[in-house]
Amino acid sequence: MTNPGALPTSEVLGEAIGDEAVAHVIEGRSTWQLAWARFRKDRIAMVSAGVIVLVVLVAIFAPVFASLTGHGVNEQFRQTGLNAYGLPEPPSGRFLLGSDDLGRDILVRIAYGARISLFVGVVATLLTVAIGAVLGLMAGYFGGIVDSVIARLVDLVLSLPFLLFAISLVSVTQPGLTIVIVVIGVFGWAAVARIVRGQVLSIREKEYIEAARSLGASAWRIMFVDILPNVLTQLIVYTTLLIPITIVLEATLSYLGLGIPPPTADWGQMIAESQNLYQQAWWFLVFPSAALLITTLAFNLLGDGIRDALDPGLARL
Amino acid sequence: MVRFLIRRIILGVLVMIMVTMLVFGIFFVGDNAETVAYRLAGKNAQLKTVNLIIKRLHLHDPIYVQYWDFLKRLVWHHDLGYSYYGNEPVSTILKQTVPVTLSLAIGAAIIWLVIGVLSGVLSAVRRGSILDRVITTLALFFYSMPTFVLGLMLLFLVSYQLQVRGIRIFPGQGYVGLTQSPLGWLESLTLPWLTLALVSAATYSRLTRGSLLEVLGEDYIRTARAKGLRERRVIFRHGLRSALTPVASQFGIDVGVLVGGAIVTETVFGLPGLGLTAVRAISNGDLPVIIGIVIVASAAVVVANIVMDMVYAFLDPRVRLH
Repeated sequence: MTNPGALPTSEVLGEAIGDEAVAHVIEGRSTWQLAWARFRKDRIAMVSAGVIVLVVLVAIFAPVFASLTGHGVNEQFRQTGLNAYGLPEPPSGRFLLGSDDLGRDILVRIAYGARISLFVGVVATLLTVAIGAVLGLMAGYFGGIVDSVIARLVDLVLSLPFLLFAISLVSVTQPGLTIVIVVIGVFGWAAVARIVRGQVLSIREKEYIEAARSLGASAWRIMFVDILPNVLTQLIVYTTLLIPITIVLEATLSYLGLGIPPPTADWGQMIAESQNLYQQAWWFLVFPSAALLITTLAFNLLGDGIRDALDPGLARL
Repeated sequence: MVRFLIRRIILGVLVMIMVTMLVFGIFFVGDNAETVAYRLAGKNAQLKTVNLIIKRLHLHDPIYVQYWDFLKRLVWHHDLGYSYYGNEPVSTILKQTVPVTLSLAIGAAIIWLVIGVLSGVLSAVRRGSILDRVITTLALFFYSMPTFVLGLMLLFLVSYQLQVRGIRIFPGQGYVGLTQSPLGWLESLTLPWLTLALVSAATYSRLTRGSLLEVLGEDYIRTARAKGLRERRVIFRHGLRSALTPVASQFGIDVGVLVGGAIVTETVFGLPGLGLTAVRAISNGDLPVIIGIVIVASAAVVVANIVMDMVYAFLDPRVRLH
C-alpha cells in the first residue's frame, strides 16, 4: 500500500477478500502456523535459514570433503602443500581454498571446523538458556529470599569481565571442548534469568495461576507446566539470537588459545594461526574468517526473522 | 542522589568481595597445599620453589585464614605478589600495562558512542530511506563480526595494503606512548580503536534507532512540533534525551564487554596492555600476573558501573526511587 495511514477503500477490500480468500481467512490456525506463514514470507530469513542448513550439511559431511580431495583433516602435505620456502600454497585445483602453514587443506579444515562451531553454538546456548530459565522461573515465582539471592548473583555475573574469568578458569584447568561449554554456560545464564524473571513476575499474578494453585498444583508443576509455556516464544527468540553470540565466543576463546586445542580443526584457531602469515597467504586468513562471518550473519538474520514471525508486535530494530 | 550513591557503592564493595572470593577459589583452593603450590609455580617447578611458596603463602593454614591473609595483602599492602616469569612485582607490571588499556578502551568507547548514536539517529529520522537501509545493514554486518576478525581484516585491508603501496601509516603492531609521541600514539591506536568501536557501535545504532523511533511517536513530540520548533531541536532536545536512557543503561552493562574486547584487540594488534599481558601469562603459566589483572580489571568494571549508574540516574530520575 502506498499510503499506510489511509484506510483501505471498499474496492481494495473487495479485491483482497474474494470468495476463496474468505474461506482461507476463517480457517483456524495455531500460533505456530501463523508464525510459520509470516516466516515463509520473510525472504531474508528464508535465505539465512538456507545458509544455515548448508553449513550444517557441510559439518555433517565433512569427511566427504576429506575423501573427495584425498586430504585428511590433520594430514600435512609438506611436498605439495608448501612451496620451496615452506610457505602455504594459494588456492588451486589441488587445494581449492589453499593450504595452511603446515601444508594442510584449508577447505577440509573449514568443513571440520564447522562441526565445533555449530556443536558449541547449540549445546552451550541450550545450557545457558536452561540454567537461566530455571533460575529465572525460581526467582520470579518464589520471590523473597530466593529472588534476592538469584538477583544478586545475576548482578555479580553481569558485572564480571567474562573473558578475564574465562582466562582464569582455563589457566588452572586444561583447555578443551567441555571447559569452553561450561565457561559460556556459567557466565551466560544471567541475562536469560533476568528476562525470564521479569516475565514470570507478571504471569504469576494471572488468574489461571491462581486457579492452578487452588487445584493444589505444586510449585514446580505451576512453574514448568503453567508458566514456562507462556515464556516459551521469548525463550525461542532469545535462543536463536544467542547462538551466534556463543559461536563468536567459542571462536574468540580458541583464537586466544583458550578454547579448542590444536590439532583439532577450529575456525578461531585457524584464524589465530594465519595471523603471522596473512601478508604471504591471504587465503589462510580470509576463508576461515568468511566461514565464521557468514555463519554468525545467517544466525543473526534468522533470529531477527524468527522474532518478527513469533512476536509481530515487536518492530524490527 | 547521595543515598543512591551510597547504596551503589555498598553494592559495588559486595561485588568486589565476591570477585576476590571467586579468584581465591579458582587459584588457591585445591586438594592439598602441594597441588596449589604446583598450580601457582607451574608443573615443572622445583621442590624448593614449591616449599617456598607453601611457606610464604601459608598454604597449610585453614582456607578462611588464607583468604583473610589474601584480602589483607590486597587491601592493606596493595601486594599482588611477584611474577614467576619476569621476577617483577605484579604491581609494576600493572603500572606499565594499565595506561595502554585505558587509552584503547576510552578512545574506543568515545568512537563507538558517537558512531552508534549518530547513525541510529540518522536512520530513525530518515526511516525507510536508502540511508536507513544502508545503516541497518551495516549495523547487522558489524554486529555479526567477531572483534578479532574485524581487527585482522583492518590489518590486512588497510595497514598492509597501504604498506604495499608505500604508505606507512597505521603500523600493524606495537604501541607508542602518548607522552613519547602524540602523533605516533594516535597512529598506533587508530585501527585498534576502530576495531573495538565498530562491533559495539552496531549494537548502539540498532538500540538508538529503536528507542528514538518509539519516543518520536509520543504525544509530547507532536506538541513540540506543533508549537513550531525546528525539527533539529525536536529531535536532539526533546527526542534524543529520553531515547538515550536505554542506551546509557546498556553502556553500563557493556563496560565488562569493553574489557573483553580490549583483551582481544590488544592480542590482534600486539598492544602491551592488560589483555595481551594476561594472554601471555597463560602460556607462561604465570598465575600471579593473571590474578592481579583479573582483580584490577574487575575493580575497574565495578567503578565504571557505579559511574554509569549515576549518569543513568541523572538522565532518568525514576531510577533513584527504587
